[in-house]
Amino acid sequence: MLSYIIRRIFVMIPTLIMISALIFAIMEWPPGNYFDTYVAELEAQGEAADLKEIEELRKEHGFDKPPVGRYIHWVTGLLHGDMGYSFEYELPVQEVVGSRLWLTLLVSFVSVFFTWVIAFPIGIYSATHQYSWGDYGLTFVGLLGLATPNFLLALIFMYFANIWFGISIGGLMDPEFKNQGMSMAKAISILEHLWIPVVIIGTAGTAAMIRRLRANLLDELQKQYVTTAKAKGLHPFKALMKYPLRMALNFFISDIGSLLPAMISGAEVTAIVLSLETTGPLLIRALKAQDMYLAGSFLMVLAGFTVIGVLISDIALAMLDPRIRLQGGSTK
Amino acid sequence: MSNHLQMPAPGAQMQHYVRDAEFDPTSVEKLTPEQEKIFFASQTRLMWWKFKKHKLALWSGVFLIILYGSIIFSEFLAPYGLNNRHVDFIHAPSQSLHLFHEGEFVGPFVYGTTYKLNMENLKRTYTPDTTNIQKIRFFCRGESYNYWGLWKSDLHLYCPAIGGTLFLHGTDRLGRDVMSRMIYGARISLTIGLIGITISFLLGISIGGIAGYYGGLADMVIQRVIEVLQSIPSVPLWLALAAIMPVTWSPIVVYFGITIILGLIDWTGLARSVRSKLLALREEDYVLAAQLMGAKPKRIIARHLVPGFMSHLIATATITIPTMILGETALSFLGLGLRAPITSWGVLLTEAQNINAVALYPWLLFPVVPVIMVILAFNFLGDGLRDAADPYK
Repeated sequence: MLSYIIRRIFVMIPTLIMISALIFAIMEWPPGNYFDTYVAELEAQGEAADLKEIEELRKEHGFDKPPVGRYIHWVTGLLHGDMGYSFEYELPVQEVVGSRLWLTLLVSFVSVFFTWVIAFPIGIYSATHQYSWGDYGLTFVGLLGLATPNFLLALIFMYFANIWFGISIGGLMDPEFKNQGMSMAKAISILEHLWIPVVIIGTAGTAAMIRRLRANLLDELQKQYVTTAKAKGLHPFKALMKYPLRMALNFFISDIGSLLPAMISGAEVTAIVLSLETTGPLLIRALKAQDMYLAGSFLMVLAGFTVIGVLISDIALAMLDPRIRLQGGSTK
Repeated sequence: MSNHLQMPAPGAQMQHYVRDAEFDPTSVEKLTPEQEKIFFASQTRLMWWKFKKHKLALWSGVFLIILYGSIIFSEFLAPYGLNNRHVDFIHAPSQSLHLFHEGEFVGPFVYGTTYKLNMENLKRTYTPDTTNIQKIRFFCRGESYNYWGLWKSDLHLYCPAIGGTLFLHGTDRLGRDVMSRMIYGARISLTIGLIGITISFLLGISIGGIAGYYGGLADMVIQRVIEVLQSIPSVPLWLALAAIMPVTWSPIVVYFGITIILGLIDWTGLARSVRSKLLALREEDYVLAAQLMGAKPKRIIARHLVPGFMSHLIATATITIPTMILGETALSFLGLGLRAPITSWGVLLTEAQNINAVALYPWLLFPVVPVIMVILAFNFLGDGLRDAADPYK
């Protein structure tokens, strides 16, 4: 087991190097850079750009060097905990991202929790009552959530939340709390607004989760040990919860790693429509404006989380199921 | 037959018994016609029988075939052209279809509308005028079009009454008929998934096949690549790849570019499932037999291993197409997808992306109905195919 963990951790290093190279390539690939766009924009507005200042900025951030030099500059910075500088906000990336990161994590975790709370009972019900009307109905509702584009759902929710509950349109809190410190009123305001993005982001994931839980549990329920357990008079609830459900959850553990990028991806479009103060809109803007250190470093942090998440889920799986540790040898 | 079964007299020599009925060496293993039908049916036929039982999947399949068929005749099916503007009817609401006028059967018709500008809030108001009956014409001559750019025609399945209008799903901000645009949009939206899935299929099977069959170092490297691609949220990846496409590209090239992007990002999940299937299947005896007979790995993968779970793959693909259709709507929404004059359902929905549309012009949201229906149909079809392809059920 220990050797497996050590091997797994060593494997992470090339993965992270590849991720950083890929992210950097994504940032570099589109022609031009932030300064070119900036100068062009100023000129379009008829203002003269302070070329000297821009030239200095360029030099400071390594834009006079070839891309490889910039890549090394960026990666060494990251290793020292320096995420670079956002040109657009004229602030270090940490400060731009920091305030929004907490709200993003809040929205993501509540959404995940929402997904689980809804998907678990429905998935179990669907599997134990296969082909019943309840199964069909719930599957259909789940699919409907999956099939509706997120941004549209967001718009419709926003509209009706405003009409029926008088919640202010968009944002994660009432406008007057925007720049205030944390207080009881602000927390309540956040809670009032939170449910809309959570329901929207959660619905798509819920359908997928219900289907997978149902399929896995059905496979498990057909096995003979379940029949044995029932024949021996084990309480039906225990005969469901204790063994088959536990086995059916393997997929669930192996998903922990990819949960974060999936949540962030699903949340971006929703966040733009609802104008949430999360990292999604920030990231999209940075990508569009080629604010490369902001976008790159943030993606890198996200990817880092994911790699660690995958590591944790792999270790958990290997502990639960020894078959996984042993597979994948070479063939002739 | 019974006369042969007489017992010989006690002590007499036993007669050599020869049965005179015709000898049929296969009589023992002979099957009843029903069994024969099942036992000798091909794999495809068996799947078809099982699939037929799944009514929902069957009807979803029929629905999709009709829809895909419709994109061949879009020009004929749509009452108006894709970009025809009706400047007198900007943001006109849906005209509802009627059959009876004051209790009298007239056939399908709509009421004409009268237009008034509300001077208080400058809102255009259209009210149905119940005295103005506009009967819908069928197989009629209407606006002329260039069928697939090949020949000119003006035959439509249905058109508005002469001098009348027919906006079953209202008009947009330029006065274009939403219904006609939806019919044209199907062309792009439905095909985008197919091209994308082909690319992701080719990549997924070949890369996943290599990883699963060879194992060891190749598997290790490919697994890491997949992990890398999966650890970056897909929306930034789309964005970045879409940003690479030069603005100067013509819309049709952008369309192909986007399908390729969707395919390039999607293959990882498929490659994973191919790999895990192959890891299990490569230990089977028939693979060893093929190896001993000197078959090359490429042949073993393509000829012996992949067909073994092809049906499973097709089912997976069916469920993946909807994510591509949704992906296109998301990309178009962010302004990085398709651009006019290319019209997809995603492009149509970008018209409805602000709260005003929901509040004032809800008919602009109609294109979401075909999106949802297609996605549901693909999901049901995929479920049916998967059940049918599963030999253990």
